[in-house]
Formats: sequence, structure tokens, C-alpha cells
Amino acid sequence: MDEMEGTIKKFLYLNRRAPYGTIYALESLEVVLIGAAFDQDVSLAFIDDGVYELKKNQDTTKAEMKNFSPTYRALEGYDVEKLYVDKASLEARGLTEEDLIVPVQVLDAAQMTQLMEQQDVVLSF
Amino acid sequence: MLHTVNKSPFEKNSLETCLRFARQGHAILLYEDGIYAALKGTMFESKITETVTYCKIYVLVSDLEARGMRMDNVIAGIQPVDYTGFVDLVVENNPVQAWL
Repeated sequence: MDEMEGTIKKFLYLNRRAPYGTIYALESLEVVLIGAAFDQDVSLAFIDDGVYELKKNQDTTKAEMKNFSPTYRALEGYDVEKLYVDKASLEARGLTEEDLIVPVQVLDAAQMTQLMEQQDVVLSF
Repeated sequence: MLHTVNKSPFEKNSLETCLRFARQGHAILLYEDGIYAALKGTMFESKITETVTYCKIYVLVSDLEARGMRMDNVIAGIQPVDYTGFVDLVVENNPVQAWL
């Protein structure tokens, strides 16, 4: 058991859903915070409509929903700094890095696959 | 007739199906993740721009703003509505078909 105590696993949280339309985006973020609290090696990837999770200027006042987008900015405080965005998904939605609330690394499909291959666990939302 | 679309056009074919059936004089409301269909700069822009010439297309502003978008991100010709406007649309355009 002692040998297991210090083990750090690489987790990739793969986000493919837009915020607010379903619970997936919020749940993913909560799971990320749990993984980070246990000092795991955490990366986030945003593909398809998942890129919309990072859009700046979210204002949920009129929709009367919790705005959880500021939490992406707080991830740095949990040592979660590896946020990757799929280039094709961003472009298909007319978005650029400037539209996003936090700095990210934009990857092409091959680079994103390499990222997945390097992980111990991939969790999809 | 009022058509409503509340799912992302990237994820589901609800918008595509709605537009296939919408006719001259119908109204279309985009809300929840359906608002992504109203945005400039995507593969759906040209079809929406065409449709706006014969149907009235509306977008629910509260859902637009929740997702970090504003009316200047929206394709020309689409009208903003609030919740009250949503109710008015339902009352004025019978029947309502929800493309879920």
C-alpha cells in the first residue's frame, strides 16, 4: 500500500458539450476540481460544442442560472493550467482564442490524439 | 405556425429538419442551445440568411447572453425576444411545433 501512496495519474477531462443546455459542462468542472484537490495531473480538452464553455462574457442573469465560467479562471489556483482547444471546432464556430476566457493551447486533430494517448484516464463529458 | 429549436445545430439535426418544413410566413424561435444557430461565422449562416427572407426568426436574449453572446454576434434579420415575447409568439402563431 505504501507504494501506491505517492502515485500521480494523468487525467484528461474531455468536454464536448455546450454550457447550460445540459448538465455535462458543470458536472465536468466539478469533477475537475475533485481531481485537482487530490493532486492528480489534470488536463482539460475542449472539442465540438465544448469550446463554447470557454466563451467570454457569459451573463446568466436573465436566464437565472448559475454562471460557472469564472471557475475556469480559478483553475490556475488549483494548479490546473493545461487547457487545450480543438482548432477545427473553434474555427467551425467562428471563434478565436481572443473570444476565450482563459489562455489555452490550440491543437490540431493529430496533436489532440497524441494528448489523449499520453493519459492514464480519459473522462468524457 | 411557430417552430422552436432548442438544441445546438452542431450536435443535433433539429435546425436542419425545422428549416426543411418551415414555410413562408412561419415564425421560428431559437432558444437554449438553439441560439448557436443564430450566430454569424458558422456553416449555418447562409441557410439562416436565406430563411430570414420568408420566415421571421427570433432569438431568446436571455439564452444568448448566458452563453456569452450579444445581438451583434447574431445574423442580420433575426429579432431578439425576451420571455414575454416568447409567450406572445406562442399566442400569435398557432400551432407550435417544438423541434426537440
